Amino acid sequence: MPNRPTGVRPLLHPLHGLLLAFPVALFTVALLTDITYLQTAEIQWTNFSSWLIVGALLGGGLVLIWSIILAIGARRRTHRQPSLIYALLIAIMWIAGLINAFQHSQDAWSSVDVTGLILSIISMVFALSASWVAHRTVREIA
Amino acid sequence: MSIARPRSLCAAIFALALAGCGNSQPGLDQTGANPDLPEQRQTLVPPIRIATPEGWGGESPTAPQGFTVTALATDLKIPRQTLVLPNGDILVAEGSGGSAPPMRPKDVIAGYIKSMGKTPVKGGNRITLLRDADGDGKAEVRTTFIDGLNAPYGLAFVDGSLYVANQDALLRFPYRDGMTRIATPGQEVTTLPSRLNHHWTKALTASADGTKLYVGIGSNSNVGERGMAVEEDRAVIWEIDRATGAHRTFASGIRNPTALAINPQTQALWSVVNERDELGPQLVPDYLTSVRPGGFYGWPYSYWGRHVDPRVHPQNPKMVEKAIRPDYALGSHVAALGLSFVTGAGLGPSFAQGAFIGQHGSWNRQDLSGYKVVWVPFANGRPAGKPVDFLTGFIKHGHARGRPVGVTYDPSRGSLIVADDLSNTVWRVAPARPAPAR
Repeated sequence: MPNRPTGVRPLLHPLHGLLLAFPVALFTVALLTDITYLQTAEIQWTNFSSWLIVGALLGGGLVLIWSIILAIGARRRTHRQPSLIYALLIAIMWIAGLINAFQHSQDAWSSVDVTGLILSIISMVFALSASWVAHRTVREIA
Repeated sequence: MSIARPRSLCAAIFALALAGCGNSQPGLDQTGANPDLPEQRQTLVPPIRIATPEGWGGESPTAPQGFTVTALATDLKIPRQTLVLPNGDILVAEGSGGSAPPMRPKDVIAGYIKSMGKTPVKGGNRITLLRDADGDGKAEVRTTFIDGLNAPYGLAFVDGSLYVANQDALLRFPYRDGMTRIATPGQEVTTLPSRLNHHWTKALTASADGTKLYVGIGSNSNVGERGMAVEEDRAVIWEIDRATGAHRTFASGIRNPTALAINPQTQALWSVVNERDELGPQLVPDYLTSVRPGGFYGWPYSYWGRHVDPRVHPQNPKMVEKAIRPDYALGSHVAALGLSFVTGAGLGPSFAQGAFIGQHGSWNRQDLSGYKVVWVPFANGRPAGKPVDFLTGFIKHGHARGRPVGVTYDPSRGSLIVADDLSNTVWRVAPARPAPAR
């Protein structure tokens, strides 16, 4: 391991980080397409949102499982707390996203409206926060 | 009890959705001229219950005392609508249409769920002829009358010509009495709107004088969720000139007019219409109505007159203002697909003036509704009284044994023909007569 301080690693495995990119990007874009739908009433924008949310949930589902494993396995005090916070943020993100997927299955205007917009904002904010917490945290190894 | 299975499926879906099951309120009267309309209830997942198929096991649907039910023909390929020819032969349109691709994840999931309540048989794309010359209720002659059709549904016979409404075109076939097969291709009277074809069935009937043909063209969505651009020439009834094939829009905003018929007392056009879903288990009632020329019936902006649907944007108060209240509610999610008026007293005095309505039944509410044929009594050409169950027993222990579609009254023999697209059977209901003396 050249040029890396010995005994410190990023919290997330590279594959975990890669999976996390999906909810971060897709929930963010889903919020944008929701806003566009509410401004235009052009149905294709809410269709985009529906698929984006499902994509975010698929990637985010794997992230959720992995984050829980990480939180349970965190023995060292230095990263136990951030791991728990990370798992909690991911869980809220994912549950809000799941409810939003059902909200977006309603027809026409009801697929977004106020409820869908709020859920999209929650999913995006928690995805970004979780990613922030994860990427600023390192874990020490013996 | 054996109804546990569909209930638990529903429970699983709802647990997943973190939503409560939308139960119906008891005591609401949703039939007749003034149905009770509850508050709109949009839920994260609409209330769903699939009555999964189960065979008849040698049994038949249940008719009132004094009637017998026989299977005129079985093992058909999705029979939908039927027509009685002048010589008494019965034509059966068989097929299944629609080509709307999934637009959202929901469409993929809903398609799978709905398929659990349907027959696995592939639609025949043909018309079968049934002949029951000895009148025993079983067709002893059965031929493929016309083959190679495209999801045929509506049928009409006028003055030596048979008209078939495919899902994309209205065809004419010359007919001579006694024919059992037509091999010549049909002549196209006019093309019919067929893009996507979310509601693909093209109902058909002829005007009383035979100069006009009416075709019902359903909407391309539940309530505009595929965009209004694809709703051009949808949710309308066309009036087609029989001689030239020219058409005009006879009525609009009529979400899914699944069966058309001429009222024998008034000669006016009547239709059964399927209304929108996902506003709750008791919204919106499907209806039976006389169709007023130039009339607008609300879809998608409003239902049952001026009840605004919040899902449509931009909203259109001017059109809501114009929306006509239908004549007669049949109940929410009964999925009325068949309509036939009775002329003469062939079925006895209790069924002398009125209409039979085939109710396919729907998965859109948990307390199953429809799945039967009802009788709506008429007086002076208008509905007079509540619907009466005529043919039942399609549901047993929560499973569907059959699902009625088209109903056709045969005035020459005083019987009712009922197409069942789940068990792929055509039933005949006739007054029980004593065996003829020999």
